[in-house]
Amino acid sequence: MNSSMLFNVTTFAYLISTVVFFAFLASKNKSVGLAGSFIAYAGLAAQTVAIALRWKESYDMGVGHAPMSNLYESIVFFSWTIILLFAYIDLRYKYRIIGAFVVPFALLGMAWAQLGMNTGIEPLVPALQSNWLLYHVITCFLGYAAFAVACGISVMYLIKTAIEGTNSTAQAGGLMSLFPPLKVLDDLNYRSIMIGFPLLTLGIITGAAWANYAWGTYWSWDPKETWSLIVWFVYAAFLHARITKGWVGKRAAWLSVIGFAATIFCYLGVNLFLSGLHSYGGGAK
Amino acid sequence: MATTDKSFATSVWDFFCSLKLTLFLLISLALTSIIGTILPQGALPPEYVASISPAKLQIYSKLGFFDMYHSWWFIALLYVFSLNLVSCSIKRLPHVFKFISEPTLVLGEGTRNSFSLKKELTFSGSIEHGKERLVAFLGKEFSAPVITEQNGEYHLFAQKTAWCRLGVYVVHFSILVIFVGAIIGSLAGYKGFVAIVEGTSVNAFQKQNGQQMPLGFDVLCEKFNVEFYNSGAPKEFRSTLTVLENGKPVPGYSKVKVIVNEPMTYKGITFYQSSYGQASEGSDHLISVTPRSGGAAEKLSVREGVPVTLKDGTVFKLLEATQEVRQFAPGFSGPAARIEVTPKGGAPLTFIAFKNFPEVNARRGDALIFGYEGSNAKQYTGLQVAKDPGVWVVWLGCALMVLGISVAFFMSHKRIWVVVSKGHARMYGNASKNQAAFQMQFEDISEKFQEIKI
Repeated sequence: MNSSMLFNVTTFAYLISTVVFFAFLASKNKSVGLAGSFIAYAGLAAQTVAIALRWKESYDMGVGHAPMSNLYESIVFFSWTIILLFAYIDLRYKYRIIGAFVVPFALLGMAWAQLGMNTGIEPLVPALQSNWLLYHVITCFLGYAAFAVACGISVMYLIKTAIEGTNSTAQAGGLMSLFPPLKVLDDLNYRSIMIGFPLLTLGIITGAAWANYAWGTYWSWDPKETWSLIVWFVYAAFLHARITKGWVGKRAAWLSVIGFAATIFCYLGVNLFLSGLHSYGGGAK
Repeated sequence: MATTDKSFATSVWDFFCSLKLTLFLLISLALTSIIGTILPQGALPPEYVASISPAKLQIYSKLGFFDMYHSWWFIALLYVFSLNLVSCSIKRLPHVFKFISEPTLVLGEGTRNSFSLKKELTFSGSIEHGKERLVAFLGKEFSAPVITEQNGEYHLFAQKTAWCRLGVYVVHFSILVIFVGAIIGSLAGYKGFVAIVEGTSVNAFQKQNGQQMPLGFDVLCEKFNVEFYNSGAPKEFRSTLTVLENGKPVPGYSKVKVIVNEPMTYKGITFYQSSYGQASEGSDHLISVTPRSGGAAEKLSVREGVPVTLKDGTVFKLLEATQEVRQFAPGFSGPAARIEVTPKGGAPLTFIAFKNFPEVNARRGDALIFGYEGSNAKQYTGLQVAKDPGVWVVWLGCALMVLGISVAFFMSHKRIWVVVSKGHARMYGNASKNQAAFQMQFEDISEKFQEIKI
């Protein structure tokens, strides 16, 4: 058993979980929803073991480092944190249907990583040989995952308002009866961002501390840094919008979706389209 | 006249205090920041200048787009942002202080009805006795209450972590602290670069504006090494540096290892490993020439690019050399040189001669086998030089921000009121945040509350 086999198992589990969650949407059968959650958890368990194994394998190869050093490893970790946060919300707030809008993000990440990227373990280049790597990557990606969950919940909010807005309340049963009430979705969106924002802040601060330690500049307006700040501004706007009249509900949901789009651009777009200090983040075949 | 002045001042004040301005600024900062990630910043590469129209180039430079994070309008946005932060705090802080220091001790009838968390208890004992029991109860289960007597009723008020309402202002203040740190850094700090050839020392470095600046001491580069992984990827760039004062090594600063992520700081100036290269000018390379028919190898000292004619009429020239070939030719390592050999009357031939792979060298060339024996060329280490006295202020600001966010996001001001009347007591609860978590705590207290026998 090696990590790469287990990562394939993980990807397959997230695929099945997504399919089962879609079946849950269609059937509204509670045991189908339960199965969706369990399969996602099985995937999470496999992935946890796989990440630990990959970590160990890198030591066996003599180039030991935490498996967070390139695009492949970061996207695997990103998927892992998304399912972890989904598990937290599922177990804590009991709104299983959120899985149908969150697990696909993890599936997309794993599928892209397993099919489209070089999966080999590479030794660390000098710039990455630092303990800051671990703190920086963990805080950033936990934050990103919280924003992914918030985005999934916001999409549910927008779908629900769109459908219930046109239909009369009497007809608003059906599919929408599975969705948590609008107020709950709005609240869960806010709560996810309340988790993500402090983590993103920590991610930016650890990044700045590391940059200062490695290059002597804590902030150099590098595209990656700037985009992380843009994401921070968007979510700061979201948090302030909530206490302003006329910005709750739909607009807040849109801000959350925009925030996640900016997050994804910060994570992937900057590496794929712009050049800068985070060049080791690129690694597609 | 005075009234219009006042209303104008008030409207300016209201403008700077408004949350709408905050939203506008946050979104504007987010949107404008994108420009600098798309357009090149600082010195423009010539190919970029060639790729856009002169009119566009002029408009962009006029607008400061090529150094946008230092442009007047971006700095102005940051100033207005700071003003907004300060104004909001000045406007709201007194209210918050008052809220904390003078809490609502007595709940009015109207307010009571709006509470979602409430519990009622009926008792047969006297109101005095009931009050005493409930004061003790709150003190044990929640926190010691303040007692107010009004209209024959007792109002007990207890609260926890009222100060956490200040958390958000700590976050706002921390942003200002970070700005102050950044300003100190830009006024009193500097950044620059220095290249030191192995075995030599420097006493000055070049600032970003090209100006030379004395260090006040000497830095000697004893050695520079690069290590590679088998794959050819770099493993370590290592400078060995010694700080000299009046020509003598400073104790504790002799032969310091400086690698990426492990800088050296002396007298507030920090040296970061940043680049390296070959100080090739004026260095000699040693080439061995062995006749294929057998015989002793001849060793020749040559300069880069200077042709040398051998006894048999063959002309050769060293085109370029490296002390570590791995990054150019995977699978090989050590010193290597690219040479051009022109046999007498023949066509020129270019190949690579290695130091560590004589068998590969032997497969090349005609009558003569060329080998590279290395050079006396020295490497230089490129060091980033920085001094930033504001950096500690920035870290202080970051620490305050993390502290403030933790308080503002994860703690809540919890309040419980108990109104004791004749024969019954009513309990109300409220939390500034995370009402769901407080609800559980309130229900827990309510259960015990209902079991009280008075």
